[in-house]
Amino acid sequence: MTKDIVLEARDLSKEVSSPEGTLTIVQQVSFQVHAGESGAIVGASGAGKSTLLALLAGLDTPSAGKVLLDGVDLTALDEDGRARLRAERVGFVFQSFHLVPALTALENVMLPLELAGRRDARSGALEALERVGLRERVGHYPRQLSGGEQQRVAIARAFVTRPAVLFADEPTGNLDTGTGAKIADLLFDLNATSGTTLVLVTHDRSLAARCGRVWVMEAGRMGPG
Amino acid sequence: MLRRAAILGLRLLGREWKSGELGILLIALTVAVGALTGVGFLVNRISQSVALQANEVLAADLRLESASAALDEKYAIEAKNRGLRTARTTSVLSVVFRDDRNQLANLRAVGEGYPLRGTIGVSQQAFGAPRPVDRGPGRGEAWPDSKLLSAIDARVGDTVSVGAATFRITRVLITRPDQGGGFGELAPSMLMHADDLPSTRLLQPGSRATHALLFAGERKDIERFKAWLNERKQRGERLRDVAEASPQIQNAIDRAGRFLSLASLVAVLLCAIAVAMAARRYVQRHLDSVALLKTLGATRGLTLAVSLLQLLIIALVAAVLGSAFGFLAQEWLLKALQGLLLADLPPPDLVPLALGLLTSVALLAGFALPPLLQLSRVPAIRVLRRDMEPPPPVIWLAFGPAVAAVVFLVWYVVRDPRIFFGFVIGLSVFTAVLALAGWVLVRIAGSLRGTVGVSWRYGIANLSRRRAESVVQIVAFGLGLMVLLLLAVVRNDLLNDWRRSLPADLPNFFFINIPPDERVAFFDFLAERGASRSRALPMIRARLTQLNGQPIESMTFKDPRGEGYSRRDQNITWQADLGSDNVIVDGRWWTVAEHGRPLVSISDEYQQGLGLRIGDRMTFDIAGETIEAEVASVRKIKWDSFQPNFFIVFPPGLLDELAGTWMTSAYFKPGDGSVISELVRRFPSVSVFDLDDLLSQVRSVVDKAVLAVQSVFVFTLFAGLVVLLAAVQASRDERRYESAMLRTLGASRGTVARGIIAEFSALGLLSGFLAAIGASIAGYFLARQILQVSYIFDPMIWVIGLFGGGLLVATSGWLATRSVLKQPPASTLRGGSA
Repeated sequence: MTKDIVLEARDLSKEVSSPEGTLTIVQQVSFQVHAGESGAIVGASGAGKSTLLALLAGLDTPSAGKVLLDGVDLTALDEDGRARLRAERVGFVFQSFHLVPALTALENVMLPLELAGRRDARSGALEALERVGLRERVGHYPRQLSGGEQQRVAIARAFVTRPAVLFADEPTGNLDTGTGAKIADLLFDLNATSGTTLVLVTHDRSLAARCGRVWVMEAGRMGPG
Repeated sequence: MLRRAAILGLRLLGREWKSGELGILLIALTVAVGALTGVGFLVNRISQSVALQANEVLAADLRLESASAALDEKYAIEAKNRGLRTARTTSVLSVVFRDDRNQLANLRAVGEGYPLRGTIGVSQQAFGAPRPVDRGPGRGEAWPDSKLLSAIDARVGDTVSVGAATFRITRVLITRPDQGGGFGELAPSMLMHADDLPSTRLLQPGSRATHALLFAGERKDIERFKAWLNERKQRGERLRDVAEASPQIQNAIDRAGRFLSLASLVAVLLCAIAVAMAARRYVQRHLDSVALLKTLGATRGLTLAVSLLQLLIIALVAAVLGSAFGFLAQEWLLKALQGLLLADLPPPDLVPLALGLLTSVALLAGFALPPLLQLSRVPAIRVLRRDMEPPPPVIWLAFGPAVAAVVFLVWYVVRDPRIFFGFVIGLSVFTAVLALAGWVLVRIAGSLRGTVGVSWRYGIANLSRRRAESVVQIVAFGLGLMVLLLLAVVRNDLLNDWRRSLPADLPNFFFINIPPDERVAFFDFLAERGASRSRALPMIRARLTQLNGQPIESMTFKDPRGEGYSRRDQNITWQADLGSDNVIVDGRWWTVAEHGRPLVSISDEYQQGLGLRIGDRMTFDIAGETIEAEVASVRKIKWDSFQPNFFIVFPPGLLDELAGTWMTSAYFKPGDGSVISELVRRFPSVSVFDLDDLLSQVRSVVDKAVLAVQSVFVFTLFAGLVVLLAAVQASRDERRYESAMLRTLGASRGTVARGIIAEFSALGLLSGFLAAIGASIAGYFLARQILQVSYIFDPMIWVIGLFGGGLLVATSGWLATRSVLKQPPASTLRGGSA
């Protein structure tokens, strides 16, 4: 069964120093996610959800513990090693979209393929944009797109490399309810059709309810979901 | 990975270009390079042209003279092989006859091509207005000067005989370029063709003739040829360039050169400021993009390579565009000034282009590389937490390359250790003071926010909230404003002072050979006729025979001037007081108690030529007597004071018994020819030397150089304004988001606009205040230490600094950021603050 485990946290902790002393943001978190599963990390503001997400994706390094992503120990890799792993196996969707303002929708989606040195970047990106229903708006810059459209571009960008794991940080947080629901549909559809593992951080209980598993974070610790 | 970085870098660059992202960095850099190359081209062409004008004093760029044998043809052949133009002249003293009248005259036989620089002024009658001609007399023709013509009572058309030949007077010589600043040419003179000289049979073995070979050509060719000649010339042959022929004009050229390199330095600094600000903006704007690239899997090396490649391309494009722009701008300026400046400016060489490219790359490397290295260290987690900045840079890494780039460029421009160190130390101190004072002032301003209205509170709050940013801006604006103030205000004082050093009543006549017993009567005569007389000094011929007990004939000197000084008789004098046009640079001037002691004071040229030091013993043969004296002081002489000055001065009481004759100089109003005629009749043994021509040559060089310097300064000033404007653009983004936020919260456009203006005005006032202090101090040091003119403090500098600075920065800030207000807040907020 071990090969089915795509993401695993083992006794993961993160401490930071502050003027008031050392703060423990994530404390001894352990859990496993299997291939194709979808899971939501929920909790109040400041519970440590986003920090946990950053640790799981290798954007930050833990103070203690291990993260295994697709069988690779992230904590044993240096920054560049983690970056390469992300390029190959990880996709991201953010609350504030994080599109590059100087690039068009198409160019934003092409970016991860270009970083991976893929020659079919353009056709791959066009196909991804088609799948999120933005075929007609490929030449638009982010500022010319609505919030929902920007998030759809971000989703196309996240799926275009066919990642093993997709991390989403409050993917509907910046959108109105209607648009948020459509974006959530899109996310789960793509997750189902492409077999990607989905890990999302959210406040939104209804969004969390659509996930196969829910983990609750409270003061840095993971409670029973 | 490099190939991938190249492809990705180029793609991103192209996309950023399409979206208008790179415009500001490119504009700032292009303007900066344009300013620098424009100034560079101007300085290059104008200094070439000033040098050319100055060389007219020699009628050539270089002269080789010999008072004994004719000069070897090999010199002329070598010069021609190197592409130089040459001409020969021979001077011989002889008597010119016309019927029963005769006069001793200096015959100057000039060959084809003479003069190589400048023109000969001729007329159809004695003392007539000169008409320029660019070649000498033809064969069989004679061009006597007015004095000779009057002495032999001749006119154009008459025949004169010299030696065994006869000549027809076809023109009257009024001026010739190389009439010189020395006293060797007191006799009337006559110009004739070199090929006619053999027929006069004046040149016999042992006859005293002076032969000269004249050379002219491209400056670098001349410099190389000069070095070649210095190695091969024979004993008794003397090489002269403008520095030696006319120290007065050399002085003017040197000063103009210093003014012009000041303008170049200002351009370098402005360039540095623009690049520094633009690079900061570039990095700020790319923090999020780089974090995102890393999240998407880009390695640190790849992000660094991509940024480096982008910057390199920007540098190259800016270098090419800026150089072209600089060239066009100076062409336009020179066209606009045509007629005011020197008649024909030589074409510029390519040095400024290389400088433009070098500057662009060096400044980008110095100022942009450290922030780029920082950029590559942005943590990927910034995509989740925007407050995550790259780790703070190591201080030397952040500032080291920038300092190195500026220091390197300053050295490249000035190449004078004294100015270089003065400038670099001054600049470092000023920057440190600006940063410190900026920090203190921002703190003070912050504490005032409670006492002002809402717009100013917003503006000032912004200043103190972005403390580090504000200090950086104060340093940048302060430096920029300081150099502009220095140019705008101090420039006038300095240039006027320079002009004042050549007042209209500068002595225009020298009188030498004044017999001691006629001295008093002669001075009385001058005073009665309203002439203003300078100091009178005794003049004695002397010959240096030994140095520190070693016979001078057995010594050789590396410096060609030393060879000349050691072989020739020198005029010496004694003097109790140091003139105001002399400055002691080593040792000390004698006290009254030391009068009569065997001491000697020498000029710095003489000291350098012979490699002398304080305490060295010099032995002179003075009218058959041997006198040994110790070098007590070295003087720097201001030759353009046009007062009697000597290389070698003794204290009074040592040579009094040996006094030969006296000399003095005086100013007569132009047109006082009758006074001079009367003077010559009453004091026949006194030789009169008319300096008017030399003076007008010096004035003309100075006037044109001043005008040239002015135009370069004005050009730099405008370039500086544009650079500052481009620099202000850099802060636009930071304000965009805030403005949108404030307007969302209900602030009117007017309130936000006033806030922006308040912030920039405060910034401008603070930097203007500091810049005025800096410009006053820098002006003082520039005037006293580097340009050697007196400095008068101008309070206007404070008014202009404070209010001009405030207005300038506020206006440019407003111009640069007003587009922020035009955007609907929603579009800015939707796009995020990235």
